[in-house]
Amino acid sequence: MDMLRLVNLGVEVDGRKILENVNLYVQKGQTFVLFGPNGSGKSSLLMTIVGNPKYKVFDGRIIFKGEDITELPTDERVKRGMGIAFQNPPKIGGVKLIDVLKHCAKLGKTEDKIEEYAKLLGMEDFLHRELNVGFSGGEVKRSELLQLMLLNPDFVMLDEPDSGVDLENIAIIGKAIRMLLERDKPMDERSKAGIIITHTGHILNYVDADYGVILYKGRVVCMGNPFDLLKDISEFGYEGCVKRCLRRF
Amino acid sequence: MSEEILKDRLESVGIEMNPKKRSGSFLLLDQEVKNVAKFMEGLEILPIKRALEKYDWLEDYMWKAVKVKDEYTKEVEEDFNGYFIRALPNAKVEIPVEACLYLSRVKKQKVHNIVIAEEGSEINIISGCTSHPKAMGMHIGVSEFYVKKNAKLTFTMIHSWSEDIEVRPRSGVIVEENGAFISNYVLLAPAKLVQMYPTAYLKRNATAVFSSIVVAFKNATIDMGNRAILMEKGSSAEIISRTISKGGRVIARGHIVAESPEVKGHLECRGLILNEGEILAIPELEAKCPNVDLSHEAAIGKIAEEEIFYLMSRGMTQDEATATIIRGFMEIDIKGIPPALKREIDKAIELAEKELL
Repeated sequence: MDMLRLVNLGVEVDGRKILENVNLYVQKGQTFVLFGPNGSGKSSLLMTIVGNPKYKVFDGRIIFKGEDITELPTDERVKRGMGIAFQNPPKIGGVKLIDVLKHCAKLGKTEDKIEEYAKLLGMEDFLHRELNVGFSGGEVKRSELLQLMLLNPDFVMLDEPDSGVDLENIAIIGKAIRMLLERDKPMDERSKAGIIITHTGHILNYVDADYGVILYKGRVVCMGNPFDLLKDISEFGYEGCVKRCLRRF
Repeated sequence: MSEEILKDRLESVGIEMNPKKRSGSFLLLDQEVKNVAKFMEGLEILPIKRALEKYDWLEDYMWKAVKVKDEYTKEVEEDFNGYFIRALPNAKVEIPVEACLYLSRVKKQKVHNIVIAEEGSEINIISGCTSHPKAMGMHIGVSEFYVKKNAKLTFTMIHSWSEDIEVRPRSGVIVEENGAFISNYVLLAPAKLVQMYPTAYLKRNATAVFSSIVVAFKNATIDMGNRAILMEKGSSAEIISRTISKGGRVIARGHIVAESPEVKGHLECRGLILNEGEILAIPELEAKCPNVDLSHEAAIGKIAEEEIFYLMSRGMTQDEATATIIRGFMEIDIKGIPPALKREIDKAIELAEKELL
């Protein structure tokens, strides 16, 4: 069943084209991994899907669960079942993590899970801290995942959940992501789907994604088994890998 | 005047007239004392004129902490009313005392208040100043605070004036050895003009903390700040302000003067302009001797789009996200403030939230 369909998507920021002719089709139960060099448009793609107003769609459409959401504001997309964990979320002084968590939990109908998930992610002591203020790299990632778990989205977007995270933290994060994406259930029983951006591929040790996609200069150029792609990237570099892919196409 | 309006207006500034929630109550309507009550021992509340009759020594406290002589204080000198609140030595008045100054019909409300926290005492006061919605005029309030040795006075003032009111408080505080003065000022409703610069004089090891949350609506001029004079060794002051302009003009002042070595002061003013408005932040540090520790930070900004988007990605609407950020901006972590006072501040912020969007 359809979860997300990007059709000929073209995106610009401040009049500069950063994504062109992007097509992607994600079905329920599937997890995609998005690879690509710095500046290839990976984060921009997630920002566009979730509706960051800075990212203007000049071409194509975003279809979510069969509905064209290209023009919808972010909160409406989230209410329809999208969720994102940011790579570098802003610090918001005076706003407590718990206040945002309560909001997420209300929407995700997980109000009884706040404590349990906070414990799972080792964030119990951060609930009354100001949002992301003074959080370490790992704490930011865990806070993002905690918010996402409570939001309980059907379509999960994770922007580099494994970057700058130590070994101990990555195990916790990996477990949370597996839960979010229902990776421990058989395919036909899953109701979730997602896209994970990763540079290092570390997260693949914890989450056995179904497909890998390489974004290169604002376009989707390769698609295949994520583990094979990662191997190719480390062996041939992005450029080499992309050349091999194009030859195959 | 309808009792309803009065009750409503009083509630908006935290005045409840409820003996269960307050340890004492004082209400001045224009120039007339309407209510004086105390509900616990160790506390004294009197109309200032009665207090002056009762205690000869009180004359010594008049015009001692407030030294500024200007045309406004002169007017108060000629004709005034107000309250006298005193915590007796070693008394612990934890439940707040409430004092309300209400301006309804007079052109000028002229007030002189004296608060004394005697040695070793602790007292919490919530002062609500407000006016009839249709009132026009000026409020001039002289307030003198005396915090004696080892005493602690927490004074929370919530202002909620109507659009045609000019307000000129003149406040001074003398904090003796090891004493502590904690002031919280909240102005979240329209006013035509508020102009004040309360000053604290700090003796050995005394501390003062001033926190202010101020919103200037269209057509308002809010010129306010706090000044601390660190007179003796070990004294310290912290002055924190959060100012929001919603079309009005704010001058956010702050001045810390180190007159003795081994003193410490920090000034922090942060401003936020919503849509339009004007904020002028003037933090001043003045050291008159070596070995002092004074610092300040000032910043004026707007609500970052990125923050709104982030909260919207958690399912908040744009308005909810904006309100959450503004609320966060006004959230000052005030140390040592009793929960009852914190609740009143939160309530005032909540009331203002809708107006700010």
